[in-house]
Amino acid sequence: MALADARTGSGEPPKVSLLYNPALRSAVYQIVTLVVIVAAVWYAWHNVVQNLARANMTAGFGFLNSRAGFDVAQSLIAYSSDSTYFRALQVGLINTLVIAAAGVVTATIVGLLVGIGRLSHNWLIAKLCTVYVEIFRNIPPLLVIFFWYLGVLALLPSIRTIFQHVKENPDAAFFISNRGIYMPAPVFGENFGIVLAAFALGVVAAIAFTIWANARQRATGKRPPVLWVNLGLIVLFPLIVFVVVGAPLTLDYPVPGSFNMKGGMVIGPEFLALYLALSLYTASFIAEIVRAGIRGVSKGQSEASYALGLRPGQATRLVVLPQALRIIIPPLTSQYLNLIKNSSLAVAVGYADLVAVGGTILNQSGKSIEIIAIWMVIYVSISLITSLFMNWFNAKMALVER
Amino acid sequence: MAKKIVTALVGAAVLGLGATAAQADTLSDVKAKGFVQCGVNGSNLAGFGAQDSAGNWSGLDVDLCKAVAAAVFGDATKVKYTPLSAKDRFPALQSGEIDILARNTTWSISRDSQLGFDFRAVNYYDGQGFMVKKELGVKSALELSGASICVQSGTTTELNLADYFRANNMDFKPVVFEAQDEADAAYNAGRCDAYTTDASGLYSIRLKMANPDDHMVLPEIISKEPLGPAVRQNDSKWFDVVSWSHYAMVAAEEFGITQANVEEKKKSDNPDIKRFLGEEADSTIGADLGLPKDWAVQIIKAVGNYGESFERNVGEGSPLKIARGLNALWTKGGLQYAPPIR
Repeated sequence: MALADARTGSGEPPKVSLLYNPALRSAVYQIVTLVVIVAAVWYAWHNVVQNLARANMTAGFGFLNSRAGFDVAQSLIAYSSDSTYFRALQVGLINTLVIAAAGVVTATIVGLLVGIGRLSHNWLIAKLCTVYVEIFRNIPPLLVIFFWYLGVLALLPSIRTIFQHVKENPDAAFFISNRGIYMPAPVFGENFGIVLAAFALGVVAAIAFTIWANARQRATGKRPPVLWVNLGLIVLFPLIVFVVVGAPLTLDYPVPGSFNMKGGMVIGPEFLALYLALSLYTASFIAEIVRAGIRGVSKGQSEASYALGLRPGQATRLVVLPQALRIIIPPLTSQYLNLIKNSSLAVAVGYADLVAVGGTILNQSGKSIEIIAIWMVIYVSISLITSLFMNWFNAKMALVER
Repeated sequence: MAKKIVTALVGAAVLGLGATAAQADTLSDVKAKGFVQCGVNGSNLAGFGAQDSAGNWSGLDVDLCKAVAAAVFGDATKVKYTPLSAKDRFPALQSGEIDILARNTTWSISRDSQLGFDFRAVNYYDGQGFMVKKELGVKSALELSGASICVQSGTTTELNLADYFRANNMDFKPVVFEAQDEADAAYNAGRCDAYTTDASGLYSIRLKMANPDDHMVLPEIISKEPLGPAVRQNDSKWFDVVSWSHYAMVAAEEFGITQANVEEKKKSDNPDIKRFLGEEADSTIGADLGLPKDWAVQIIKAVGNYGESFERNVGEGSPLKIARGLNALWTKGGLQYAPPIR
């Protein structure tokens, strides 16, 4: 009896004041937090509405359908001053995505090369890469942008010099001026779709061949000539189709106009300055991440590869880098996100990105709260999508434990 | 740039959270805090809002800020200046960060109604023009088809530019900058063929170029740009103080009262002048505005009459040497006109 009592007594939780009940406590904390957040959001919203009403301003996104009235310098989609604010925002968003994509790709390539270069046994290459990293990662990105825009691109030959040059060399097709790089623009003929289809077919065939070649290498130990066959499939095959359907591609050459070159394509100095600055700035950080990743792979791994007869290049490519990637990818994601967000510095050199176009709309329409909300939503979306992709890539690259 | 986003965000946050910050009696607020917070041009626009190497502000817009401070406090130094870009100026006023926006801002119907501001006084009648390098050989804006044109973002200029080229079936390549300094540098470096902004601004920017004589302002004026101070809507007391500070300067010029002779004019027998200068025994003009009785005297002592301020800042007494033109008194064929002070 006494024993049973003792047993039930020890089975029940000790009687303590409700104040110290962990379950209750955590519930109370969460409810209080929730109430505070909801109250704060409600308070902010209420005040926005009230203050806007007091200032005789209306909130809402209806203004996006009104006529923009201003021109945008760089636009990849049809846009004129008769388009709507919404269209202008689309132009800005596309320009942001273009600079982000171009910057991420270039920064990755340059960063990878410099990161590996810092570990090179060649003294000069290693030191040059160190100097590069130390210079670019220690200068604010805005200054790097100004350096390219005002320090380099603005000093290129003026458009008048180019006109003179064209007079002397009527056959010239590429021009570098302080108004950008002019080059011939491709004009696609009717049958160009067939060439594209042939190219797509070639790529699919090349992938299939590579899979087959890998299987064959595993089965027989001999590697079929993958590089040559793939080159033939991807380059030669579409080229033959291109000639067969009658070369449906002409070039539109830039020629001097009244003030600027007419025709052709131009990459403006605003884009170039931003692109070069963001790529080279972020590359310096990526180089350090790559170096850390490679250093993080134990030395025994490369020694073992040498023992198996791999050359240093092969050892790096086949053994060290795949392992290093697991260390590299998570911090690399942060650098990509930084680059995307830094692209908003475009406004300093007049590249029509989301912030620049949005800022103009904000000023012309006075809808500051709405525009800032749109900015935040779009940047968060772009960043989240990038993160999701990188997380997926990371999971794919992660060590598969057997 | 980051700073600008911060300003915009702060603007939004203040608008959102500072329920108590936005109110409809700026005059009492200004009296309580002891100074006028004035939003002026942040790009050193000589003649309108510019800072010298010692940090002293001067310009036509700055004089208006000083006039308001003189009217309220009898002390023209009780002004704090907030230098603003074209893009930041409206959120700064909406959020209550500044009390007056005196930043060569064009009075337009959408700014008056949609943005929630009030405009009335016009301290400079301007119009948009183009500046080009003389070596281009361009004599008229109508010859600019195909040109690259530097322009500041978020201005009426940007909209007029698009409309003008569209109306004349010409095309152009805009090169858009947020800050005027960057636009200046780009034009100077040959990034653009032409620079467009208000004509007064063009003369001011021309002075900043390495060799001002290499540049010329084209004859076409493509828009009306009445520049004047803006205040928040629904605050008529403060609106009155700001508007009448400008009109007092114009009225002083009409009466022939100057910085030098104001004390002497106090003794005038002219009832209009006596009333204006607060010398009429039972006059309540100052009190009705919420100002001291001698508010007009203080304004004239601080900045002089409109003509004096004009000549000192943008006219013959300045490097800009702009003629009075539209800004002459109405009696001399201009548009400057003060409503009756009675």
